[in-house]
Amino acid sequence: MTSTILIRGAKVLGGEPQDVLIEGETIARVGTGIEAEGATVVDARGAILLPGLVDLHTHLREPGREDSETVLTGTKAAAVGGFTAVHAMANTFPVADTAGVVEQVWRLGRESGYCDVQPVGAVTVGLEGKQLAELGAMHESAAGVRVFSDDGKCVDDAVIMRRALEYVKAFDGVVAQHAQEPRLTEGAQMNEGVVSAELGLGGWPAVAEESIIARDVLLAAHVGSRVHICHLSTAGSVEIVRWAKSKGWDVTAEVTPHHLLLTDELVRSYNPVYKVNPPLRTEADVLALREALADGTIDCVATDHAPHPHEDKDCEWSAAAMGMVGLETALSVVQHTMVDTGLLDWAQVADRMSFRPAAIGRLEGHGRPVAAGEPANLVLVDPAYRGVVDPAGFASRSRNTPYEGRELPGRVTHTFLRGRATVVDGKLA
Amino acid sequence: MKRHLISAADLSRDDAVLILDTAEEMARVADRPIKKLPTLRGRTVVNLFFEDSTRTRISFEAAAKRLSADVINFSAKGSSVSKGESLKDTALTLEAMGADAVVIRHHASGAPHRLATSGWINGSVVNAGDGTHEHPTQALLDAFTMRRHLAGAPDGGPTHHQGGGDGTGRDLTGRRITIVGDVLHSRVARSNVHLLHTLGAEVTLVAPPTLVPIGVERWPCEVSYDLDSVVPKSDAVMMLRVQRERMNAAFFPTEREYARRYGLDGDRMARMPEHAIVMHPGPMNRGMEITAEVADSRRCTAVEQVANGVSIRMAVLYLLLGGAVLEPAAESAETKAENPNSRTEESK
Ligand SMILES: [Zn+2]
Repeated sequence: MTSTILIRGAKVLGGEPQDVLIEGETIARVGTGIEAEGATVVDARGAILLPGLVDLHTHLREPGREDSETVLTGTKAAAVGGFTAVHAMANTFPVADTAGVVEQVWRLGRESGYCDVQPVGAVTVGLEGKQLAELGAMHESAAGVRVFSDDGKCVDDAVIMRRALEYVKAFDGVVAQHAQEPRLTEGAQMNEGVVSAELGLGGWPAVAEESIIARDVLLAAHVGSRVHICHLSTAGSVEIVRWAKSKGWDVTAEVTPHHLLLTDELVRSYNPVYKVNPPLRTEADVLALREALADGTIDCVATDHAPHPHEDKDCEWSAAAMGMVGLETALSVVQHTMVDTGLLDWAQVADRMSFRPAAIGRLEGHGRPVAAGEPANLVLVDPAYRGVVDPAGFASRSRNTPYEGRELPGRVTHTFLRGRATVVDGKLA
Repeated sequence: MKRHLISAADLSRDDAVLILDTAEEMARVADRPIKKLPTLRGRTVVNLFFEDSTRTRISFEAAAKRLSADVINFSAKGSSVSKGESLKDTALTLEAMGADAVVIRHHASGAPHRLATSGWINGSVVNAGDGTHEHPTQALLDAFTMRRHLAGAPDGGPTHHQGGGDGTGRDLTGRRITIVGDVLHSRVARSNVHLLHTLGAEVTLVAPPTLVPIGVERWPCEVSYDLDSVVPKSDAVMMLRVQRERMNAAFFPTEREYARRYGLDGDRMARMPEHAIVMHPGPMNRGMEITAEVADSRRCTAVEQVANGVSIRMAVLYLLLGGAVLEPAAESAETKAENPNSRTEESK
């Protein structure tokens, strides 16, 4: 039996109100005054309709760290956040550096039913930066891997990076670099600057990110490959990517919601909930990142959703784990920092959070226009909503959000994954 | 006074002068036949040390005991306490034991701040040195020592080694203090810069550029890379301990080059103003940042600083815990083997 859903009066990509009829897994019609006998009607007046969000950078932690997140809990969190596809990073235990592990993660995603899971393959065996993992095998597996990353670690050896960039061209893959020069960041605890000097915490200098990005865009240009830069965090990185793009090189970049909002001033609290890698930077960096996301220098928003159990954050700063959960708050932070500030309209939000990341990942069936015949991966957002973030209500298994108690705008009311509602009225269906 | 002492930056000028003045009163107690005050009787002070520091621990212990507090020493180093969460568990244990004050030394910057703000305990928290962040009681005892030597004379001239001229009620306005050495890794330097600035002194940091933190330009002090140009203009020169291992991380080429460019030897000391003092928070690396000739000279206040540390820590505990009037204890004097001049090795 095919289900029929009629979404009434939604502002498609923030435009004029329209009706959208979903039949089965597909968008059947988009228009005004659509009637459909027996359809489930969703009154979406005032809501924004976007294509289902796509995250290029999610840590689902399974296999290995199921105490912090599983594919099931992580994809539930993704659905609540309006995502219909997430890229699961490879730094699991065991590392996703073989066809077997990426297929396992891919299958777990299929079984969850809340959100598509596209595994990312490790670039090097064990994320150790020494020997290429079997990139071709991971690509040919059921998981069909096209994005490769040692995220959490930088592929710092220039030769390994060059070879990886070249090798994945054979199957239109992309290497997503976690840009962090390891020697410059030994013992690093926070952004190196005025605040670290006062707090006596080891500095993570901007140059450790920028020097790797500069090297990698040059390498990508030299070998004619595309390269993707994970979680850009500094104004200097923006300048380098802007320059690389002006040369016509195939460089893409992402920014996290937290780097669009939070600064290293928060570290003065020594509260490890603000400990993240790359670290929170300065106000000037935040403003440069927003501008770069607005003008397209930065292609997309990626959450870097990094769940950690409570005890890994309920301790002193230097002992705490790095990372923040982000799936369930990403769209609200983007609305707050980019839409409500006039930097992006909703059509551009669809571009930065769905079309572009799907295109970078070469993901099929996601990041598609809201049009008849397209897969019904859709999200409804109530932009007028105002709410205080309460991690107790998270679908994620972890609670390490930096936004607890903060008022943020907007709420995902409905998420549809191939025509099936995964979220209804803000709750998991 | 606030409830905790975490950072020297939290102290106002009046707070700081009050602590120094109270420490003078405490020092006078030490000169009495009965060295003990009843003010903190029945209160519990815990020394929670995650890092070896016998000198600092016994200084706090002597201070608490002279105020008649019950003292519990909790040395967490090398025990089951290795993972971060244990700070919380330890704190909850101390809370259950009814600690009125927790004196904490920790290798992680910010651990005392966490302890004070996490809701794990209700007592006062005193930072006895955290990572490369701060060591506020060290800065207070340094300021106390400087005030005794430099603030006694109204015209700003020297009262060198007079002992009695204590400068009560005064701050350090206009005194030129030079701090030399590994500023980057020094909690002593951070606390001193804050406190000395608050007290009106003009602070100059001297170090090779590699040992000055990025971001220092926002600190209320000057920075120089040239010790010789600063020495003749200094009322006090404080030499920081420099670990020899730093040269392995390329902070400087060799010990010899460091000592030559940034060490204090007899020749350099001779170019200091006549009234100027040499300070060192200890333990000293003789031959590295300071020569034996300087360390053993009458201008070096290192031993005096240790003695002053007990008075300062008495004052801090007294003020934080809201002790009663300063009267000698009625009970018999306790003259334990608390040797404030102990030279037990520790890292600062
Ligand atoms: Zn990363």
